[in-house]
Amino acid sequence: MTNWEAVIGIETHVELQTATKMFCGCPVDFGDAPNTAVCPVCLALPGALPVANEQAIEGILSIAEALDCTLTETSLFYRKNYFYPDLPKNYQISQFTFPVGVDGHLDLEVAGETTRIGITRVHMEEDTGKSLHQGETGRIHGAAHTLLDFNRAGVPLVEVVTEPDIRSPQQARAYGAELQRIVRALGVSDAKLEEGSMRFDANVSLRPQGSDRLGIRAEVKNVNSLRSMQRAIAYEIDRQTEVLEEGGAVVQETRHWNEESGVTTSMRSKEESEDYRYFQEPDLLPLYIDEAWRRRVRARRPELPAQKRARYHDLGADAQVAALLVDSPDLGTLYEDAVVGGADPRPVGIWLTGEVVAYLRREGKAIGDTGLRSGDLVELAAMTAEGDLSSTAAKEVLGAVLAGEGNPQAVAEARDLLQISDVSAIENAVDEVLAANADAVEKILGGDTKPVGFLVGQVMRATGGRADPKVVHELIRTKAAG
Amino acid sequence: MSDLADLTIHEAGAGLRARNFTATDLLDATLRRAAVTEAHLHAYLTIDHDGARAAAATADRSLAAGDDDRPLLGIPVALKDNMVTRGVVTTASSQILAGWNPPYDGTAVARLREGGAVIVGKTNLDEFAMGSSTENSAYGPTRNPWDTNTVPGGSSGGSAAAVAVGSAFGGYGSDTGGSVRQPASLTGTVGVKPTYGLVSRYGLIAFASSLDQIGPLARTVADAATLLEGVAGWDRLDATSYHGDLPDISGSLEAGVEGLRIGVVSELTGEGIDPEVLSATRVVSDRLSDAGAAITEVSLPSTEFALSAYYLIAPAEASANLARFDGVRYGLRVDGETTEEMMAKTRADGFGPEVTRRILLGTYALSAGYYDAFYGQAQRVRTLVRQDFATAYERVDVLVSPTSPTTAFEIGAKVSDPLAMYYSDVCTIPSNLSGDPAMSVPVALDEGGLPIGFQVMAPALGEELMFRVAAEVERAAEFTVRARLATSEVDA
Ligand SMILES: [Zn+2]
Repeated sequence: MTNWEAVIGIETHVELQTATKMFCGCPVDFGDAPNTAVCPVCLALPGALPVANEQAIEGILSIAEALDCTLTETSLFYRKNYFYPDLPKNYQISQFTFPVGVDGHLDLEVAGETTRIGITRVHMEEDTGKSLHQGETGRIHGAAHTLLDFNRAGVPLVEVVTEPDIRSPQQARAYGAELQRIVRALGVSDAKLEEGSMRFDANVSLRPQGSDRLGIRAEVKNVNSLRSMQRAIAYEIDRQTEVLEEGGAVVQETRHWNEESGVTTSMRSKEESEDYRYFQEPDLLPLYIDEAWRRRVRARRPELPAQKRARYHDLGADAQVAALLVDSPDLGTLYEDAVVGGADPRPVGIWLTGEVVAYLRREGKAIGDTGLRSGDLVELAAMTAEGDLSSTAAKEVLGAVLAGEGNPQAVAEARDLLQISDVSAIENAVDEVLAANADAVEKILGGDTKPVGFLVGQVMRATGGRADPKVVHELIRTKAAG
Repeated sequence: MSDLADLTIHEAGAGLRARNFTATDLLDATLRRAAVTEAHLHAYLTIDHDGARAAAATADRSLAAGDDDRPLLGIPVALKDNMVTRGVVTTASSQILAGWNPPYDGTAVARLREGGAVIVGKTNLDEFAMGSSTENSAYGPTRNPWDTNTVPGGSSGGSAAAVAVGSAFGGYGSDTGGSVRQPASLTGTVGVKPTYGLVSRYGLIAFASSLDQIGPLARTVADAATLLEGVAGWDRLDATSYHGDLPDISGSLEAGVEGLRIGVVSELTGEGIDPEVLSATRVVSDRLSDAGAAITEVSLPSTEFALSAYYLIAPAEASANLARFDGVRYGLRVDGETTEEMMAKTRADGFGPEVTRRILLGTYALSAGYYDAFYGQAQRVRTLVRQDFATAYERVDVLVSPTSPTTAFEIGAKVSDPLAMYYSDVCTIPSNLSGDPAMSVPVALDEGGLPIGFQVMAPALGEELMFRVAAEVERAAEFTVRARLATSEVDA
């Protein structure tokens, strides 16, 4: 039996959140009533002409640069010709040869292993309008009629195409997630999959393990979340494996992912696939990105997620916490401020990614809506480090601070949570517990340390949890052994 | 003076400023002329009586207030019906746009309105500017005022005929392969294709985007200069429009040709060109020589391939430009069972045979497996044409040739022979491929009494030089005859 290796490449479309559309002055605003953010250009009225949006060019340059692409000095626009009712000109202005960026890469870390995913190209194009099929199925087949909304027509769209370097559904998902983080860090798009401002198509093929030839691929469309991309690719790998195991051949085709049924179905085969008759767009001049412009883009590159994770790691967060903090920039900022303010990074990271995240999720709040400030974290960390609060008490204080009850010191006092770390105060309780548990003391004297934990627990209970466990531990060891 | 409609724009402008007559008087004269000539010519698809009257009244108020320094103020002009006009039906002579009432003005149109020009109406053309005779119109052909059995040339035949006969003082057309210059030549008018990018294409219904230019038609070289200046200049709505200093065209007309080097294109002096046209061209060249220019023959070797390259590039671009006419958003819609069927039926019914032919040709030229041999090869020829011009302009200042290989031909003579029709543009196409300016000036009548045009070409943005030579051609040729229909039927 053959061991099959999956070979996966991903095409991603990212809508840029520019003030205006790619080739006209209409606002990019998805809240508008249908067909209100339109003009002669994006409706393709006779005689209208496109003019490229500089803000969108800046956006694609920053994406291409962040993916370490070579930025093309003279980049060209093309017309991609196909008839579709929501494509007003019946051609899409896109790029073909000489896209804005080529030969980039994105390094993925999955389970401690770094994989470099090649980026073939990053190119600029425009979005289509939206078709709303009216009828029983909601799909174009069987629709009684179709309504068209051109508000989205002409919104700037960046396409990012990878090399076939991805080997598993998990890796594909990790790639999608990291690209999403990068785009968000650049501030060029909200990159929301569920709203379609970021969209993935996956090319999946199989080949015998060890082979360096590419198998016949199927393109999977309509994956609307990272999870469904992972599921769709996993399904597609199983499907193709089955076809090949049975001695069949994979058909080169486009397949539609059905979220509910969890399967892909054939949309069209290559024989029906279109000839787009690309030719250079005569209405636009070549896009000339000179060295000075390329330098400006490089200089503007913000801290990217990978760098930020590394920095948080250097600040004391473990890899998992660092990753969580990068994914929630508000929490990341709190973390940075607290650590810079002198807090011990470890408990702060654990609080933020544990209690705080749970609280926000439970209450449906953003961090800014809570009472928690970075100074509170510094104070809380100091109280814990000095033994004024047990870790359990610290969590309770944190919850109260989040709820707006005041700063940690005030909350701890009000709730009587301050820990007893005065040795003489604890000593009485220890003596009582030792006296009441002679058996345990006997065992310890015999060299068995197991009962120590039990005795510590008894003292903690006796002090209402307010004794410093470290001090208790120390006292028991010396007294029982003494 | 017999009739205000026979004045040049410069004469009319002077009369307006001297209060000899009003803009409304000029418009009345124009409309009276049209009332007589339209039945014979069909130059106009739409005459906008109300809009024109309102514009003339506005112009008269400006004149009365002394706000009279705009050169086209109060001047009645005709626009080719592929120029988008807000509130005035614009069809490009196609059934597919029948009744389309645009919600916006093209940039050239907006500039004319700002300049106070009076837009009389929209003129006939070959459908989507595809043709050389104005016979390919869904609304019937336009006839040549010099002989109504002949064509006025095309595709801007409507504007050319209107200017020639006096149903407009000036006109605008679009020139993709000669569509302003060739009808100018056939109707005894001056026609200009400016440098690509000098006039905004925003609001010009695209035929072939890399070749299209709006240009004026006029009765004199000076009028053509004024009309061109009225619409030229950078436009942020057209990415290909020229952003820089504009040539001082009107200021260059009196400079003469003393010391200029003028090249006669040797490929356009023999086979395929009517002998009468050739001899008229030679006479003008001799007179330019007499006026002090140095005349030499210059070769543009790629000329023989230019026509074939043009008939691949223009249809290829057109196949995409005309894809938007699909019945979805505006214009004709022929219903079908599916969206695809609706689109296909709409396009099958809406486009005429020549447009269909060119869309098919262009689609084919761009198709996988054919692209390199057709479109790719045509682009290489285009590069050669540019190089030939560049080489020629190292030796001479301007180039000259006939504008059209023949004078006006009979209606129907070439309808069934597209290749013969395509050959009408052999002299004009190279300038569209190079993007350089070129213009036609009427210089003589042939034995049948039909006008002959003389073409002056110049390097990119060389409009000053080109008009300077054209003005000398006009003086040297002493061509002062006006179209017969105008003189015999209107003045009688
Ligand atoms: Zn728009």
